[in-house]
This record gives sequence, structure tokens and C-alpha cells, in this order.
Amino acid sequence: MLDTPPRFDPLPAAPGVGYKPQHYSDLMADPGPVAWIEIHAENYMGDGGRPIAQLRHLTERFALSVHGVGLSIGGDGPLDGAHLERLKRLIEWSKPASFSEHLAWSTHGAEFLNDLLPLPYTDDTLTRVADHIDQVQHTLGRRMLLENPSSYLRFAQSTWSETDFLSELVRRTGCGLLLDVNNVFVSASNLGYRPRDYIDAYPLDAVSEIHVGGHDEDHDAQGNPLLIDSHGTPVVDLVWALLDYTLAKTGPKPVLVEWDNDVPPWPTLRSEAARAARHLAPTVR
Amino acid sequence: MTVEQSQFRAALLDPLQPVPDDLLGPDGRPGTDRFSVYRNTVTVSLRDALGVAFPLVAKLIGPRNFRPLALDYARAHPPTSPLMMHYGASFPEYLAGVAALSHIGYLPDCARLDLAMRRSYHAADATPLSQARLAIDTPGLMALRLALMPATQVIRSQWPLHDIWAFNFVPDAPKPRAVAQDVLITRPEFDPAPHPLPPGGAAWLDALGRGQPFGAAHDAAVADTPGFDLAQTLALALSTSALADAPPQKGLMNE
Repeated sequence: MLDTPPRFDPLPAAPGVGYKPQHYSDLMADPGPVAWIEIHAENYMGDGGRPIAQLRHLTERFALSVHGVGLSIGGDGPLDGAHLERLKRLIEWSKPASFSEHLAWSTHGAEFLNDLLPLPYTDDTLTRVADHIDQVQHTLGRRMLLENPSSYLRFAQSTWSETDFLSELVRRTGCGLLLDVNNVFVSASNLGYRPRDYIDAYPLDAVSEIHVGGHDEDHDAQGNPLLIDSHGTPVVDLVWALLDYTLAKTGPKPVLVEWDNDVPPWPTLRSEAARAARHLAPTVR
Repeated sequence: MTVEQSQFRAALLDPLQPVPDDLLGPDGRPGTDRFSVYRNTVTVSLRDALGVAFPLVAKLIGPRNFRPLALDYARAHPPTSPLMMHYGASFPEYLAGVAALSHIGYLPDCARLDLAMRRSYHAADATPLSQARLAIDTPGLMALRLALMPATQVIRSQWPLHDIWAFNFVPDAPKPRAVAQDVLITRPEFDPAPHPLPPGGAAWLDALGRGQPFGAAHDAAVADTPGFDLAQTLALALSTSALADAPPQKGLMNE
């Protein structure tokens, strides 16, 4: 548990977008309703050049969320200390409103597998992930947010539900949560439960950011639908509806539109952000 | 029974390894085909990252040859850092060992050029040398120590490496002739660009980069190439911002 959480201005309860370098000029010229941007931390850990210069300019204009994809919080080995130091430096100079990572693992030994891999929800996993979150929060000197994964399968050995597991992590570490409602929708479809039941059981008081994004539809060998969290298409209506259901319970939150593959021209992403603004509007009271 | 991450990892990168037991689909059946979502994401993401990172190699052999080659490399050499911008450092050596590619002798050097372009892109910012610094008396000039810009990269090649790059990426560039070309990569602002180096230029820049004074660097270049043309090489280095105004600053991320 972090003793004295330092104060940072929080992300605004407004639409944000996952930042893509090809949108730089358009975003600066015509951000529409976009009030904040999110970057993948690891793409800004070079020494200089265009990525760093762009990020400096962007942070003068937009609130920033630094979203890590490489810390491997759920890894069965120790956290990569050098990587944690890189995160610390990035956060020191870019001064983000928020730092988040995933309930997943991506590193094994010295190898980085470039994907967010699933965890069994057991007492052992809980202890390990809580220790890693403690270490991150102490090193960075701030509260972090943890994001729920998109799941394609479950572990027979799991003894916790994902929502109870996240609640217990919040209780033990004081971390906040990044609720990805597209991931909820994808996981619920793939594992056979109702997305709204997940939201009802989720510790919504800890939510400081929400993600929406697109997914692909496929089928498994039994012909069951298999949704893939691809972030390469518009957000579907059922995910917007799940966002409404969530926002009705939480009140307004920072809502990010993620579009990482087959990135569209800026006006398309801006209109997705405008749609997020329309879903946020009725929640403001 | 528990699924260890080591088992999971082994099955991810090796399609012949069995999928770990106790991974289940929604109906409680083994989630074998669902595991393939992870297999696919990992291998395709690494393969595609290599395609973006090695554009010249990908163009030379074509996507149909590049994709399986990159997949084999990714399975044998997964990244060793979460900084994907550094992935593929051993790809040139790997290519040199692929028998089916041995007839394309210049391919490993092309991979080195791709790698150097990417390193240049992410290198630290610095102020280029101004020509005024060189307007001093001869003894002073001979003793002057210069530095390379952090984004400066030099590749020595027995192949017409610059012209191979230009033939593939510059409209109307001539077909490469059979000459050896050392290549200088510089990044005046944000976009790295390759330039052919005059003979001996690589030895000269290498000596300057190791902190040798101007005079000693000239001697090293002449020892490498008796006909070394200092004026031509210096003009190139100045016009492309290859040299720095001061010893290199440490980068943002490794202070």
C-alpha cells in the first residue's frame, strides 16, 4: 500500500484517444472533443528524435496517460528493474496524469513475447501481482491503474473470479483500475457470461479510466463465437451500450478510444471520440 | 495441476509443442484452438514488427519470402527487451546463416542498413557542428577533437549498399554498379537518410568518433585509403550534419 499518494491532476472525464504518430498534425490542428491522449510507454523510451519531440509538444496541449505494455506485472519472475527505471524516467519528464498497466504477463526469463498473456486467478498469483504492484507504486511514487484483460480461455486452476481478484488487488495495494469495457465484452462472449453481470460485480469505485475499442469476430473449432481484441475497427453498438451501463453507475469518467491496427484517418478516430463525448454527456450532473 | 508460464511460453513459439492442459473454453472443453489466438498474436506481431523494421530486406526478397523467414527468426530469437524499437539486432547475422539466401550476398548488409536507419531515428538529439568551429589555425585544427552526432551511423560494405537502397526507394535511381560502398546515415532533423561515403571516409569518421583529434583521424583515413579526399568527405559530413558541436550528451532515457 502506498503511504502518501502524491497528487497529480487526474485525467479529465472527457474523451481521449490512443495516440498514433500519423495523426500528429491533424490532432494538433483539429482535436475535436479530444481532451487527453494515451501513449504506449515503450514507444517513447528511445533517446530522442521525432517520437520524443512529438510527445513534448503533445503534453503542452493535452493531458497524458502513459499506458505500459511491457512491464509483465503478472510474470512469474521478478519485475525487470531496468525497465521500471525507464518508466520512472519517462514519467518524470512527461508528467502524465495517469500511469496504467495490464493484469497480464509478457516476459519470460529474458524474453519479451510482445503480447498480453493470461493468468490463472489463484492465491499465489494474487500475492505475486500485489507484490509487483507495490513495487511499481513505490518506485514510481504514485498510484497505478490496472487494466482487466481480454480473455480467450480460462484456467481450470483458477479459484477467484476476475472481479473478486481485482477487488482484492485494489484492497491490498491501493491501486486504481482501468476498466476496458471492450475487454469485458470480448471476455464475456468468449467465456460464456453476461457482460453486465461482470460490471455489476466489478469494484467500480476504483475505476479512474475506461477504454473502448473495436474487436473482430471469429469462431472456434466447435463453432462457438470467438471474439478477438484486435483494436482495428470501430467500437460496436453493444460495447457502447455496455459503456452507457457502466457510466450510469460510475458517473463521468475519462473514456479512451483505442485503435491500434489498420489505423484510420484522423476524422474517423475523431468521430469515434465525438461518439464517446455523446455517451458521456448524459452522465454529467 | 497448474499451468506454468514456461509451458505456456514453450507452446506459444513452437507449434509442435502441446498446448498446456487445464486451459479451457467456455463449455469446459480443452481450449486448444483458443490457445492458438495467443500463438497467432505473438508470432504475427513479431513477424510484422520485423517487416516494418527491415523495409529494404522485405522489399528485396518480397513479402512472400520475408514472412516465413521473419517467422522462423522470431521463433528462434524472440525479443529480449520490451523496447520493440530495438528488436532484430541479430537479424543481419541470422540472414548470413540462411543457406537458401546465400545467393543474395548483400542481404545481411542491407539488414545492417535497415537496423542503422532505425537506430539513427531513435538516437539522442544534439546540436550539429557549425563550420565556424573549423575556421582556426592549422595546429589548432589538427588538435581539435570532434564528435559524431548520436544519430550518425556508418556501415562499411563490400557491396554497392547505398545504390541498392536508392534503387529500391528513390524514384529513377540508377541500377547499382558492382562497387564497394561505405554508407553514412545522418538525421539532420527527424528523418534519417543514407549517403555514399567517399573511400576512407568510414575510417575517418570512426577515428573521430573514438575521440581522435582531427589530424590523427586524417592520418587514419589515409592509412586506410591512400587517396583519401578530406575536403570532399568533410563537406559531406558538414552538409549532412554528421558531426556534433560538442561531445555527445547522454540520451533522455540513459542519463
